[in-house]
Amino acid sequence: MNLRQASLLGWGLLIVGLALAALGTCVGSAGLENLWRPLLDAGADPAERDMAWQIVTEIRLPRTLGAWAAGGLLGLAGALAQGLFRNPLADPYLLGSASGASLGVAIALAAVGGGAGMVGGSMMNGASFSMLSGSLWVRLGLTGAAFAGAVLAVMLTLALARGVGHTLRLLLAGVIVGVVLGALTSLVLLFSPESLQAMQAFMLGTTGFIGWTAWGLMFGCWCLCALVAWTLARVLDGLSLGEATAQTLGLPLAPLRAALVGTLALATGTAVAQTGLIAFVGLAAPHLVRAVVKVPHRQLMWLASLMGGVLLASADLLARWVIAPQELPVGVVTAVLGGGYLLWLMHRRSSGLHAGGLL
Amino acid sequence: MSAPAYVVRGLGASLGGSPILHGIDLELRAAAWTSIVGPNGAGKSTLLRAIAGLLPCSGRVELLGRELHDWPRQERARALSWLGQNQVAADDLTVYDVAMLGRLPHQGWLAPASRADQVAVERALRQTQAWDWRERALGELSGGERQRVLLARALAVEAQVLLMDEPLANLDPPHQADWLLLVRELVAAGRSVVSVLHEISIALHADELVVMRQGRIAHHGACNEVAPQRALEQVFEHRIAIHALAGQWVALPVTSIT
Repeated sequence: MNLRQASLLGWGLLIVGLALAALGTCVGSAGLENLWRPLLDAGADPAERDMAWQIVTEIRLPRTLGAWAAGGLLGLAGALAQGLFRNPLADPYLLGSASGASLGVAIALAAVGGGAGMVGGSMMNGASFSMLSGSLWVRLGLTGAAFAGAVLAVMLTLALARGVGHTLRLLLAGVIVGVVLGALTSLVLLFSPESLQAMQAFMLGTTGFIGWTAWGLMFGCWCLCALVAWTLARVLDGLSLGEATAQTLGLPLAPLRAALVGTLALATGTAVAQTGLIAFVGLAAPHLVRAVVKVPHRQLMWLASLMGGVLLASADLLARWVIAPQELPVGVVTAVLGGGYLLWLMHRRSSGLHAGGLL
Repeated sequence: MSAPAYVVRGLGASLGGSPILHGIDLELRAAAWTSIVGPNGAGKSTLLRAIAGLLPCSGRVELLGRELHDWPRQERARALSWLGQNQVAADDLTVYDVAMLGRLPHQGWLAPASRADQVAVERALRQTQAWDWRERALGELSGGERQRVLLARALAVEAQVLLMDEPLANLDPPHQADWLLLVRELVAAGRSVVSVLHEISIALHADELVVMRQGRIAHHGACNEVAPQRALEQVFEHRIAIHALAGQWVALPVTSIT
């Protein structure tokens, strides 16, 4: 029965996601603005149609699908982090991966200096057109830097915490790594003020500069990470019974855990490199899924991914819509919504109801 | 006569730098239930973890006639089932999924549950009377109910040897009695059960008693003999007395100091 519920939820989320993607092509700088009409209307002015076509395919579609993919990566990373660290409060960022990715990006921006700074700058001005052609190499470089930073930071956290056995020590180590790497990031920026603007956009989190290249990277990474996560999901199920039991079930924990941490870092690093720091999606997506249906990790991976995609795609829509023609950084929207969700969970718990395993 | 379930020679183990087990020699019969008992801190759980291969230790441990570390991982997982103490439980998994985890050692990496897996899981859940909650999440159950599900998970492995650390935690007396019957069934079917128990009166139902004190074996013998019973009274500094009552041995606390 659970599986039926799970597949219902999965299809529901997929349909909502597709609907959001369609809606996303209709929201622009002038608010709700349906460009499909001139596109489908045979009698429309060809110039207008070309323009509409370009706006839809070159700007809105990659951005919306990109938000979906980034949310999918974060949801997947959240499910991985919570399973791996046996803690429903684990956020993919908590283990230092976000600060590591930030440092990686800061160093990469500083290393290429003005060029990438300009790239970032253009995205800050909302002139995302130039970003759409953002070269694959810049993208790959930033993704690689964010990924390397995320992996190293997670490793550092694990080393400081001497493994994942002790949750409190792990979270504390994550905080320490976060603070220290954050300070290092500030230091790098101090010596490379030209990347400050790009960095600010990165810290706020924005989907505004996702082009097809960025989307392709995220989607490819998502496929890879989802495949690994799906293959190794049983390890997470086994781990949820405790280390000793997992070990006696014949699971080779050390290499599998390393593979999972690597996947977590890749998913987080890729999403963070393309969209900056987007809060709460990774934490909330698996929670929301678990509040609806109890499934093993193999199904949870997909559902949390889909949920993350829906969350970020709707946050992206809101960010574009609410104060159009101005635009909110999507990270701000997710932070406000996610904070509200956590408060609601806490309130539910304090009023004696089951809070889906939180806290 | 089949090989013993365990042969342990010169086993030593430390926790956090301080030695807990000192040169333990032990032979545990196959197709029998052995209870490890002793006061708090005697090293009972450490011994159980050591012979489960969960602790680095010195000395030699043979499981079913083969050195513990010579077993291929998967094969050992099929031969040896573990039920730990205070298991962190998978609150978000359903009872059925938790029990199905016991089948991991039997399953291919990506293979779905086979018919044999399903049969084993159903049997295990029925044996612990947990079948009716199979679709509920573990987090929704009471402590005793959870313990029965975790027990079913350990049974679903269908291992030759079962190691259980405090399996009666949170179980009420009727379910403790059910557990006794279950262990008897397992032993009758040729399985070997090794348990660490604080409930001495229940432990006295075992075939053999291993009495521990300060990381050493104080006595090892059949439960219904006088010597292990005296040893048991001794390691508890005569604060318990073992009596025969209605055809069973019971351990009663000695409240008056004579």
